[in-house]
Amino acid sequence: MKLSEDQLMKIELDRTKCTGIGMCESVAPDFFEIDDDGELVVLRDAVDGAEVADVEAAVLACPTAALRLRP
Amino acid sequence: MSSGSSGGRLVVVGASLAGLRAVEAARRDGFTGEIVLVGDEPHLPYDRPPLSKAFLEDDSAPEPTYQPPSHFADLDVDLRLGTRATALDPVARLVATAGGEIRYDQLVIATGSTARTLPGLEGLPGVHVLRTLDDARGLRQALDLAGRVVVVGAGFIGSEVASSARKRGLSVTVLEAAQVPLERALGPEMGGAVSALHAANGTDLRCGVGVQGIHQGSTGLRVEATDGSSFDADLVVVGVGADPATEWLEGSGLELKDGIVCDATLSAGFPGVYAAGDVARWFNRDFDVEMRLEHWTSAAEQGAIAARNAVTGACGEYRTVPYFWSDWYDRRIQFVGVPTADHVTVVTGDPAEGRFVALFRSGSRLAGALCVGYPAHTMKYRRLIGAAASWEDGLAFADSRR
Repeated sequence: MKLSEDQLMKIELDRTKCTGIGMCESVAPDFFEIDDDGELVVLRDAVDGAEVADVEAAVLACPTAALRLRP
Repeated sequence: MSSGSSGGRLVVVGASLAGLRAVEAARRDGFTGEIVLVGDEPHLPYDRPPLSKAFLEDDSAPEPTYQPPSHFADLDVDLRLGTRATALDPVARLVATAGGEIRYDQLVIATGSTARTLPGLEGLPGVHVLRTLDDARGLRQALDLAGRVVVVGAGFIGSEVASSARKRGLSVTVLEAAQVPLERALGPEMGGAVSALHAANGTDLRCGVGVQGIHQGSTGLRVEATDGSSFDADLVVVGVGADPATEWLEGSGLELKDGIVCDATLSAGFPGVYAAGDVARWFNRDFDVEMRLEHWTSAAEQGAIAARNAVTGACGEYRTVPYFWSDWYDRRIQFVGVPTADHVTVVTGDPAEGRFVALFRSGSRLAGALCVGYPAHTMKYRRLIGAAASWEDGLAFADSRR
């Protein structure tokens, strides 16, 4: 199924909460990576339908509730 | 709604991370029945890792409550706090609590761990353990008035407390009965390498030194050590590990062996009964071995899987590459995999500089990775280990990061 633009979801990161524990990278490495300073880098923030489940799992796995996935 | 999801009553005993994740997962999976969440502490579920870190360092750090009361109302969860479970009858499907019996159709046991104490020193003024929010409140208050701290036990909790006390500018001595700290968690070599962070940050770590006794003196506490030395302290923190909180299950028929013995799906062997978090000893097929973990990540994941299996009748297995982290003196220590290894080697950095990566080999396989101050590497090793990477794969990855 081809997904249209309006089905894209967007990752939101709250840097005041993130402590770089890295569960998001473990679950969804195409979207998240911890850098050498321990800071989270969101590699891309647009998520299409097929990828939502992975990113949702990453959001749930975050120990500091720093991630959101929004329409 | 997931197929097989039904009504009935799900009872979750233990209102910490695993219990919270259990009730959330049950609703997410479309469970429409009644949910009762029983917790012995009077507090809403809260996050424990900060209690030995940020919460202790800074008097203004907020209490790490996960969710407001409205969250539980939204999930239609009957929250029974301050209610200790006292017994289980898995045949009659009854949980006995201080507030009366609760009948269940499905049960998730997530009662966590209890901090060990030193025999004879329980309740001595000035001697603290750290497990609960109340413990942390008391300890934080005591740290405000302290100048000299003795920590008994150089494990992760003791070491984090030592680090927090140093950040407050206090003088800290850590007494560790074993010759090498953290041997069970990291193996002998790496336990020593990580513990070197203490001396580098002004904490006096004494290994092979146990506690003979603690006495109230005229100027505070006096800790008598097994090697004949003694230490004056304003407060003592005992961090000598924790035991799974399963006493209430004795005589229930559940198999208890340093935790509740479960299969790969976290089933505890009786209809509808599952376990999650620190109490669950289960078969982790990723390593073909029975394990019991006291890690944040496994508690969260097991809570969700146990509840899903309980309410949907699914048989999802919990398999994981264990992961834990600990923060000492602004250095993050991360371990992925298992530390039982026939060979350990430092592949990146230098333990003498307090920043390194060590890989653990088991047979032909990469079994574990310890990253101290290399946060960018950790999850890449976790994925390699999860994919059953060979030792050579591990070394090749280390080479690629140099």
